Amino acid sequence: MIIPHPLLGPRDAQEFVYLGDASLMNRPDGMTAGIEAFHDWLYQRDNPAGIHRELWYHEQGDRSWLVVTRNTLTHEILGAELARDVARAMGRTK
Amino acid sequence: MAEPLHALTALGRPEPLDETIGALRLTERIDIALASLAVRKGREGDVAAAAAAAGIPLPDPARHAAGPTHAAFWVAPGMWFLEAPFATHEDIVARLRPVFGDAASITEQTDAWICLDLSAPDLVPLFERLCAVDLAAVPEGHATRTVIEHLGCYLIVHGRGAVRLLGPRSSAASLVHALQVAAASLG
Repeated sequence: MIIPHPLLGPRDAQEFVYLGDASLMNRPDGMTAGIEAFHDWLYQRDNPAGIHRELWYHEQGDRSWLVVTRNTLTHEILGAELARDVARAMGRTK
Repeated sequence: MAEPLHALTALGRPEPLDETIGALRLTERIDIALASLAVRKGREGDVAAAAAAAGIPLPDPARHAAGPTHAAFWVAPGMWFLEAPFATHEDIVARLRPVFGDAASITEQTDAWICLDLSAPDLVPLFERLCAVDLAAVPEGHATRTVIEHLGCYLIVHGRGAVRLLGPRSSAASLVHALQVAAASLG
């Protein structure tokens, strides 16, 4: 697979480390959100056959985190964004 | 009296490596001071202005650029490595700190790396055997981090026949060995 890095262009997937579902970025506040919300964030995953947003780390490159949108049926990569930009677009400061 | 202390190179030798293997000339550079520059949060504008005033280039992603005293290459969003002559900039961090003040974090890197200049009429066949960078396709001034023999290295392309490599100093001998084996295999 080739991942279209938003800054560096097409890069081989071997340069990356896969973390998992991009919803991992949305960690609830463990002190206030309640144990159920924290449990769901930690353990519950959708396993879609089709479009999936996931976190990849460019370990052998510039060491940025990316949110990659991938079709799990065809392995087609539909897009890649810096995770930082995704977080900022959600109103986060970091 | 004991002998005065002498600095050793990254390979543990008194003199830098200068070796020719087939068409490849491998030259270890110990005359380059290195520092990393990382923009502090929200200070992009201050860093850009300070660098421009001091004549320090801060190139775009995956690029290397040379200025009057410092050269620089991009390593990550908001982060660059700066190169300067060791003879005049041995204290590179102390000299850069007044330029950028508290807008950037500057870290000494000189002795963390082995710096190797590779030259040959055509380095493409060598790097085809070493790493994922397609030397034939990338433009001059391309700079990237890549993996050679399991070692994370910075690779700067000064031309099809001139490449600079920065490899981790603690694995310098392994990196040089990988280069020697690959160069020898070209026959």
